Amino acid sequence: MGEQILNQLIWPVIYILCIVLPLVITVALYVWWERKVLGWMHVRMGPNKIGPFGLLQAFADVTKLLLKEVILPTSANKALYYMAPLIALVPALAAWAVIPFNDQMVLANVNAGVLYLLAMTSLGVYGIILAGWASNSRYALLGAMRSAAQVISYELAMGLCLVCVLVLAGSLNLTDIVHAQAGTKGIGDWFMWPLLPVFIIYFISGVAETNRAPFDVAEGESEIVAGFHVEYSGSAFALFFLAEYANMILVSFLAPILFMGGWLSPLPASWGFLGHPSILWLFAKVFAFAFLFLWFRASFPRYRYDQIMRLGWKVFIPITIVWVLVAGCMKYFGWVTVGTGG
Amino acid sequence: MIDPQMFQLVCFYAFAAVTVVAALGVITLRNTVHAVLSLVLTFFSTACIWLLAEAEFLAIALIVVYVGAVMVLFLFVVMMLDINQERLREGFIKFLPVGIIVALVMLGEMLALIGVRAMHEAVMGANPATVAGMSNTEWLGHALYTQFLLPFEIAALILTVGVVAAVVLTLRHRTGVRHQQASQQVRVQPASRIRVVKMAAEVPAAPQPEAGKETTP
Repeated sequence: MGEQILNQLIWPVIYILCIVLPLVITVALYVWWERKVLGWMHVRMGPNKIGPFGLLQAFADVTKLLLKEVILPTSANKALYYMAPLIALVPALAAWAVIPFNDQMVLANVNAGVLYLLAMTSLGVYGIILAGWASNSRYALLGAMRSAAQVISYELAMGLCLVCVLVLAGSLNLTDIVHAQAGTKGIGDWFMWPLLPVFIIYFISGVAETNRAPFDVAEGESEIVAGFHVEYSGSAFALFFLAEYANMILVSFLAPILFMGGWLSPLPASWGFLGHPSILWLFAKVFAFAFLFLWFRASFPRYRYDQIMRLGWKVFIPITIVWVLVAGCMKYFGWVTVGTGG
Repeated sequence: MIDPQMFQLVCFYAFAAVTVVAALGVITLRNTVHAVLSLVLTFFSTACIWLLAEAEFLAIALIVVYVGAVMVLFLFVVMMLDINQERLREGFIKFLPVGIIVALVMLGEMLALIGVRAMHEAVMGANPATVAGMSNTEWLGHALYTQFLLPFEIAALILTVGVVAAVVLTLRHRTGVRHQQASQQVRVQPASRIRVVKMAAEVPAAPQPEAGKETTP
């Protein structure tokens, strides 16, 4: 009896902790890396005082945030004000349940994995909207409005990108989608080649979905101070921060899994260790995408709000709709080989 | 010892209780934003119940479509409204009989559906997805794109017509509005905006001390 409870209850909790704790630490290191990279791109040093290379800076910041007072604005809606950061964070963490790290390493190998991901990422916007409304502040409300419109618009384009992948892979299971990209041609079998426009649109939509530069009009510090979280301080703000960065890393994980063969190696199998599929390859690809987020932030000025809408509705959605048709033709006429390896 | 069936039953009652309480909250809560949020919770716990019934596609579609998109727009509109809470309360007693009648009719219809389902169990047979050995989502896809292709396409056409109709109904052509033409903005050439004039350097004129004072106000 005890063993059964252990198997059914304790192990899943341990697995969940094995994903969430490294994720939180990765977020801290990612923030440090972001500040370093931005510094180098601005020809500055970045954080370099606390710890070796300033590595402990992020942890010092977290400690500072946790020790600060959470201020409740006058006439804010108390319950929703405190609930909003949690509503933002919970879907951001829950989405990680279906992410496969390896052939075997996945918390929940569900058949409708991609659908589950769509459902979870669509819930995160509630945290932002409620934070904006419950703060009872004009800037916060403006940020929430912008964010809601933007996330809904880009979710459509993102969903259509996923449809293209599903059509080619013939499965909603993320592990099967990676397997469908294995083959004799190695790097040539990845979905990024037949779905190149969709691949690019997917990542740009991911940047827009997470409200990151150059699509960060929801925060837009030069226009509406800090947008939806302008009234938040201390640990409540830290939760929003954690949710945003967890979502960024999630998008960085999904792009390789859906389009670049996940943990598969780009090198031929004769290269020994480097040629074999490995979790390290997945991490290397994820790192590249996570770096792109920072590179975008350092390079591009913020989009104007109406141009964001135009890009989403008039450019991305038509292209992805056409490419759904193209992907269907590829599958039907057998222009691409899918899943010859295991 | 955790009995799986018992656990499922407990889960069902828990989700059902949350659904009922949240649905009551939709019509009783004073704050409209709170009411919309309890509608979200209603949808969410309904999706949980559907997951228990192994209708995973419907459950996740409910969350993606209703919770993720429709209710966000709902919340968006309700947040923007400046509602007088007292006036909203006034009609509650007046409309209560109508509401009760609608609720009773719906209850009757649902009971009838449950009865039909129970009687046709023998005719309809077991869950077709499990018989075919496929997941719920996979079987739904097969059924929609083979057996029910024509109705499916007709439904898609009707929805498209609905979208076009909604756009046409709300589209107003106002005169005197200045639009930006993004394509023209992109295609603009430096030569059409700025002209670089080549000229010889000029020697500055001799200073005239009194001229500045006279011209500046």
